[in-house]
Amino acid sequence: MTEQAYNFAYLDEQTKTMIRRAILKGVAIPGYQVPFASREMPMPYGWGTGGVQVTAACLVPEDTLKVIDQGADDTTNAVSIRRFFQRTAGVAVTEATTEATVIQTRHRIPETALAEGQILVYQVPIPEPLRFLEPRETETRKMHELEDYGLMHVKLYEDIARHGQIATSYDYPVKVEGRYVMDPSPIPKFDNPKLAGNAAIQLFGAGREQRIYALPPYTEAISLDFDDYPFVASKADHACDLCGAAASYLDEVITDDQGSRMFVCSDTDFCGSRRAAGHVGRLGTPLAGGK
Amino acid sequence: MTPEALLGGFATAPQQSARAFRAALEAMARPGTIWTLDGAAPPAPVSIAAGVLVLTLCDGTTPLHVGPSFDTPLVRDWITFHTGAPLVAAPDAQFALGSWADLTPTHRFAVGLPDYPDRSATLIVEMPTLTTTGPRLTGPGIATHAHLSLPETAAFQANRALFPLGFDTYLTCGNRVAALPRSTKVEAV
Amino acid sequence: MYVAVKGGERAIDAAHAWLAEERRGDTTIAELSVAQIRSQLALAVNRVMAEGSLHDPDLAALAIKQSRGDLIEAIFLIRAYRTTLPRLGASHPVETANMAVTRRISATFKDLPGGQILGPTFDYTHRLLDFKLAAEGEVPSAPTAPAIMEPVPHVTGMLGRDGLIQSEPAGNDTPSDLTREPMELPASRALRLQAITRGDEGFILSMAYSTQRGYGRTHAFVGELRIGTVAVEMDIPELGFAVEIGEIELTECETVNQFKGSKTEPPQFTRGYGLVFGQTERKAIAMSLVDRALRWKELGEDYSGAPAQDEEFVLMHSDNIQATGFLEHIKLPHYVDFQAELEMVRKLRAEALASKRAAE
Repeated sequence: MTEQAYNFAYLDEQTKTMIRRAILKGVAIPGYQVPFASREMPMPYGWGTGGVQVTAACLVPEDTLKVIDQGADDTTNAVSIRRFFQRTAGVAVTEATTEATVIQTRHRIPETALAEGQILVYQVPIPEPLRFLEPRETETRKMHELEDYGLMHVKLYEDIARHGQIATSYDYPVKVEGRYVMDPSPIPKFDNPKLAGNAAIQLFGAGREQRIYALPPYTEAISLDFDDYPFVASKADHACDLCGAAASYLDEVITDDQGSRMFVCSDTDFCGSRRAAGHVGRLGTPLAGGK
Repeated sequence: MTPEALLGGFATAPQQSARAFRAALEAMARPGTIWTLDGAAPPAPVSIAAGVLVLTLCDGTTPLHVGPSFDTPLVRDWITFHTGAPLVAAPDAQFALGSWADLTPTHRFAVGLPDYPDRSATLIVEMPTLTTTGPRLTGPGIATHAHLSLPETAAFQANRALFPLGFDTYLTCGNRVAALPRSTKVEAV
Repeated sequence: MYVAVKGGERAIDAAHAWLAEERRGDTTIAELSVAQIRSQLALAVNRVMAEGSLHDPDLAALAIKQSRGDLIEAIFLIRAYRTTLPRLGASHPVETANMAVTRRISATFKDLPGGQILGPTFDYTHRLLDFKLAAEGEVPSAPTAPAIMEPVPHVTGMLGRDGLIQSEPAGNDTPSDLTREPMELPASRALRLQAITRGDEGFILSMAYSTQRGYGRTHAFVGELRIGTVAVEMDIPELGFAVEIGEIELTECETVNQFKGSKTEPPQFTRGYGLVFGQTERKAIAMSLVDRALRWKELGEDYSGAPAQDEEFVLMHSDNIQATGFLEHIKLPHYVDFQAELEMVRKLRAEALASKRAAE
C-alpha cells in the first residue's frame, strides 16, 4: 500500500525528471560522473541517498525490488530501504536475485549472474576514484578531462614498491571503455570482474557528492594493473561452511573467543538457494524442503 | 493558447513517466533495440513516442529546439503547456525535436564541454520508418553488434569521433523508439 | 552453531518504539508542547530554521521536539521535509533597509542615524546561573520605549556615499539555487552566501574565528548588526502587482574590512556580509567574516593558504547534514570491505614472514 501523502516513489516529478536526465547522460558517457542536484532524502547522507534517488527515478509500479547491504537482504539498512520503497512506491520485493528487476546494493555485486532487463543500482559514498590522491574536485575534474591518470598509477606502483603487490582490496578502480577511470563503489575487488560485460544496466548514485554514473550492459571495465603485476580477484581461501560454494565471496564469522571462525557466503540469497538445492558445507546442515 | 494544446498529456504522470523512462533508459543503454512508448497524444506531426519523450524528459529547465517542419503553433503550445520547456534555437538547446532534415547540420547542437561532457544536446529524430536493419552498431550496451535504420552514418561517425563529447540521439516512429548514444560506433553496411 | 542474523525488521521496529518512549521521558512530568518550544526555545528554533533553510517556526519547534533537542537531527527533519515542498514562486529580494529593527548596533560609530538599539541580547548579562528560573518565577515585564518610526539607514550606505567602501553593483540576475543545482566550483558569491547561511553554526564560527587569529585575517569591524522583521513580497501574476505575503525575522551583519587600493583606485574599505533567519547574531557575524575571507580573489588579495580562504574546503564541509550523515555512516556494516582488507593484510604478512625466514 503506497502512502498517499507522497508522490509515487517519494520524489516529486520534476526531481525524478532531473535525475532521469542525469542517468541517461551517464549511460551515454560510460564511467563519467554526471553532476546532479541531489535532494535531501528522509535518510542520512552516506546511507544510500544516491542509490535511493536513482532507484526512485527508475522504479515502475510493476517492478520487483531487491535491496542488499554487504550482500545480505536482512541487514538493517537494506531492510530500511526496502521498506521505504514498499511504502512509497508499493512495489513488490524479493530476496531472490533472479526474480528482481531492480536491485539496490551497497558493497556487493550478487553472485548469480544478472540478466537483460535487470538494473543494478549501487550506493556510492565517494564517486571520485582520484579523491584520496587529490582532495580537490576542481583538480580531479581537470584530470578526467585531460585523461591524466598518472597519479593513480603512481599510487598503485608505490603499493608494489612497499608491499610487493597492489594493496587495494576493495573500491578498486576500473578504466571504462579505455576512457574514464571509475570508482566501482566499495565492492571487494573480487567483484570487479562482474562489472565488465554485465548483461544488466549498472547505475551508480552518490547523493552527498551529487554524482550519477553508469555502465551500460556489455561495457568494458578493466581493473587497473601492470603487465608484471596483473589484477587478481581474490577472496578468502575457503569454501562456504554452510553451502560449500567454493567460488563465492565469504564473510568471516568469529564463533568464539578461542580463535574459532567459520566462513559463509556474503550473498545470503546465493547461499540460501544452494542450501535449498541440497548443497551442504563443512558446518552446514541439510535444509528440508527448500526455503 | 489553443484549447487542443491542453489535451494529450499523461493521465497519471508519475506512473506513465516512470514506464516511459524505463523504456527510454533501456533504449539508450542498448543501442539498436526498439522499445514502445505510450500514454501521450501529441499534436501532429509529433509522434506518440516523441511526445512521450518530451513529456518524460523536458521541463521548465530544459531549453528545447523544435525543427522547422514541426514548428506549428499547436506543437509549441502543447510543449509549453505540458512541460514549460523554453523554445530556443539549435545552439541553446538541451533537447531538439524534428525530422532529420530539420536537425541537420548537427554541428549546431551542444556537444558538452571537455570537463562537463554531459552538457550536451539530446536529439529526438522523427523517422519515417524504424527497423533493426541498416548500419552496423558496436560499443557499450551492445553484446556483439546491432543494426539500426539510421538516417545517415557520416554525422554519427563524426559525433563518435568527438567522444566523450557529442550529442545523443533518440529515433522515434509512431509509438516506437530506439537510441544512439555518442559512444556507439557506426559502420555503413 | 552459527545462524545468519534475521529479524532486522523486528529490531528496527523495537528500536524505534524504544526511541519514542525515551523521547517522551518521564510521563509523570508534563509533556512539552510545540508552542512552548517555539516561544521559549526561540533561539534553537531560529538555528533549525536557518540551517534547515525553511522559515517555519512551528515546524522547527516540532522538529526539535521530535529530535529530543538534537538540533542537527531537527535540521535534518526540516531539510527532508523542505525538499518535498512545491515551489510556488520566488519572492522579491527583501529590503533590509526597511527592517523594523529590534536590535541594531554599530561598532564603527558611537552614534548614528536610527540610533544604537541594544534589544533583547545576552550581551552584558553576567553569566551567572539564574536560580530563580529553576523555581519557575514569573518575569517582570520589560520597560518599553516608543517604536522608532524614522528610517534606519545602513552604515555601509553612509560610507558608500563618500566612496569610502567598495560598492556592490546591483543586479537583476536570478542567482543560482544551491538546493536545485549541483554545486559547481568556483562558486559565485551568491552561491557561497547560500551555503554559508545554511552551514553549520559551529563550523562557520570556527572558520570565522580562525581568520581573526591570523589564518586569512581580514581586519573586520562590525559596521552594523541589525535584527528585526522585514516584509516578504511576491508578484502575483493574476493581479499584476506584488503583494506582501508575510514577514520574517532576520539578522543581518555587515562588516567593514581593511581597505585595499591600487594604482588606479584609491584605498577604500571592503565588505563582508551575513544574513540569517531569525535572531542568530553569532552566525550572522561569523558568516560575514567567512564571506569576506572567501573574497580574496575578487578583491585582488593573496591566497595565504588559510582554511577560511579555501572555497572548496569551506563550501564542501560546512553542511552539517552532509557531514553528520557521512560521519555516522561508518557505523553501518562494512564487513565485506573489512574482510577484503583482512585477507590482504594476512597475505602481506605471510609473504613478509616467508621472505624474512628465507633470508635467515
